[in-house]
Amino acid sequence: MNTSSDYKNSFFSWWKIITMLLLIYTVVQGLLGPVPRLPILNETIRNLYFHVPMWFGMTFVLLLSFIFSIMYLAGHKHSNDNFAVEAANTGIAFGVLGLITGMIWAKFTWGQYWSGDPKQNASAIGLLIYLAYMVLRGSFSDDQQRARISAIYNIFAFPILFALLYILPRQAKDSLHPGNGGNPAFSSYDLNFDMKLVFYPSVIAFILLAVWITILRTRMRNADDKLNGIES
Amino acid sequence: MKKLIALCLFFVSFSALALNADTTKTTTQTQIQKTSEVKTPATVEMADSFRSEGKIYILLAVVLVVLLGIFAYLFLLEKKMADIEKQLDPKYRKIRL
Repeated sequence: MNTSSDYKNSFFSWWKIITMLLLIYTVVQGLLGPVPRLPILNETIRNLYFHVPMWFGMTFVLLLSFIFSIMYLAGHKHSNDNFAVEAANTGIAFGVLGLITGMIWAKFTWGQYWSGDPKQNASAIGLLIYLAYMVLRGSFSDDQQRARISAIYNIFAFPILFALLYILPRQAKDSLHPGNGGNPAFSSYDLNFDMKLVFYPSVIAFILLAVWITILRTRMRNADDKLNGIES
Repeated sequence: MKKLIALCLFFVSFSALALNADTTKTTTQTQIQKTSEVKTPATVEMADSFRSEGKIYILLAVVLVVLLGIFAYLFLLEKKMADIEKQLDPKYRKIRL
């Protein structure tokens, strides 16, 4: 005998409330808060609060995807594979948003949507690697094989992505991005304490949001599995 | 639960460390930046008139409406998910996640 009072709507989990509060704070303080007055950037410096956290959110859930792929190979629990694929999906979504917000910002500050900047190119390649992961998954008809082969692909994909985004651009000779190609790392931004007050909570907020979306989608897949009689 | 608390403490201490880490650098480097900058802070064009006319609040309201709309959508998704899970497993009480 179950009534609606038996289950608690998990929308009110403590960390989900924190996510929403942090996101509201990011938007409000991001638009209203003080920022340094810098030439070329002008008000677009506020994009820092959104463009960069997108990438941190993406990297975090793709790391989770990597971890859950390994866990799947260890235990062959189908819900782990579900988490891995949904984490990759969410990672791709956040990556695309990061790319688009970056291109809009670049048009305003660097003059073109795409400048062939090392980090821009590397992030595009990274996204292509994960799109290939989705294509790989689509090519299998057997569940277990799909999960196993794509888990192995994922184990290669994440370290490559990490090197592409965070290691290679710093070694590049020339870059437009702060922190890469010999440029000072964020130093014209993170000197400013007022921006730190919004930037760090924003990173946490978007990481939590990415995790929330991933968990929600994983639950959908797990429910689907149950309906189709797939053992978790 | 303990791992969650540990993770949160890690985040808090990391941000506390990061915020305090380069306070020694900030004062000297802002001085250097100020003297070598061609444009003084007063002459860099920012959205001052936009703000003084109060239009920033309209922008804020628009963005907040979009954000709250997304939250409402997430709420509906969560509710739907809980309904489905309740149907699939009648004995289930509270979801882990």
